[in-house]
Amino acid sequence: MKEYRPLLAALAVIALLTPAGVYLPELVKGGSAWGEWGVGEIRKLIGYAPREMEKTADAWKAPLPGYSLPGRKDTPPEPGLAYAVSAFVGIAACGGCAYLVARRLAARGGRDGRR
Amino acid sequence: MHIPDGYLGPPTYLAAYAACAPLWAVAARKLKATLDARRVPLLAIAAAFSFLVMMFNFPLPGGSTGHAVGGVLVAIAVGPWGALLSVSIAVVIQALLFGDGGITAIGANCFNMAFVMPFTGYYAYRVLARLFPSDRGRAVSAGIAGWIGLNAAALTTAVMFGIQPLLHTGADGRALYAPYPLSVAVPAMMIQHLTLFGAVEGLVTGLVVHYLQRSRSAWVLRKPEKEAA
Repeated sequence: MKEYRPLLAALAVIALLTPAGVYLPELVKGGSAWGEWGVGEIRKLIGYAPREMEKTADAWKAPLPGYSLPGRKDTPPEPGLAYAVSAFVGIAACGGCAYLVARRLAARGGRDGRR
Repeated sequence: MHIPDGYLGPPTYLAAYAACAPLWAVAARKLKATLDARRVPLLAIAAAFSFLVMMFNFPLPGGSTGHAVGGVLVAIAVGPWGALLSVSIAVVIQALLFGDGGITAIGANCFNMAFVMPFTGYYAYRVLARLFPSDRGRAVSAGIAGWIGLNAAALTTAVMFGIQPLLHTGADGRALYAPYPLSVAVPAMMIQHLTLFGAVEGLVTGLVVHYLQRSRSAWVLRKPEKEAA
């Protein structure tokens, strides 16, 4: 595992920098990504809300919507803090899942699986 | 580039899931045959890295934002099939935990960001790096490949958006899902990704490769002899 230490440290540093991903767009009124508008934004853009989109857009309630705390998507007291916490949650979730899947695959057939 | 729920009609999102299923199966088979157990943590780090890269939103004047994906860099380190696995996991976590990208669109988002991007970028890198095999040449090749990979993914994403009005328009002429036709979606997506977001992706990919080359983590870039191409 020793050879992975610098990479893990790099991940932690990148995670601490993620609040830039909230504040930079805020600074210049970046808005939503193209094609990722909410139904309300679509209504403003084209004058109506597409019928089927309206039905399914909010079908899923994510526990940390928009990398923020639930219910405070637009006006959290410290959006950068919630964002950085989300970054660490994401590292644990992505890293954990990928590790488990990859370990299973390597153990089953990998050439060095039984070392 | 994360297509939300409600933008794609069932024919498109089901087709995307159907396209991903065999790709995921092949990735599992390839990794089973070639993955060195000692490189397992690298796939985990790759998934986490891609997740983090996508959190850095860059604003474009005119009220839009976007981000790099890291898919080509990941493919250079763990191979395109490893990248398919790692980036797919990042896309699934983004949808489930953070509502970034739809649940119905997981197949579509994986197809674009975890398949199209790493594969086009990886093979572009292989061709370019063979032409310019010096350290500097490989770093520049990686940067160009990152730009190519991100734009390939932006194009397939734009096509998915753009065919919705063709497939699903009500009798009143109103769109039922994503409202913009190909003639709007493709130029809008491509202008943004060919310029700012592609430049960010290229810079991140090239600079990280450049930095890794002279760090003690240079082994990340060296392919284990038996890894699948």
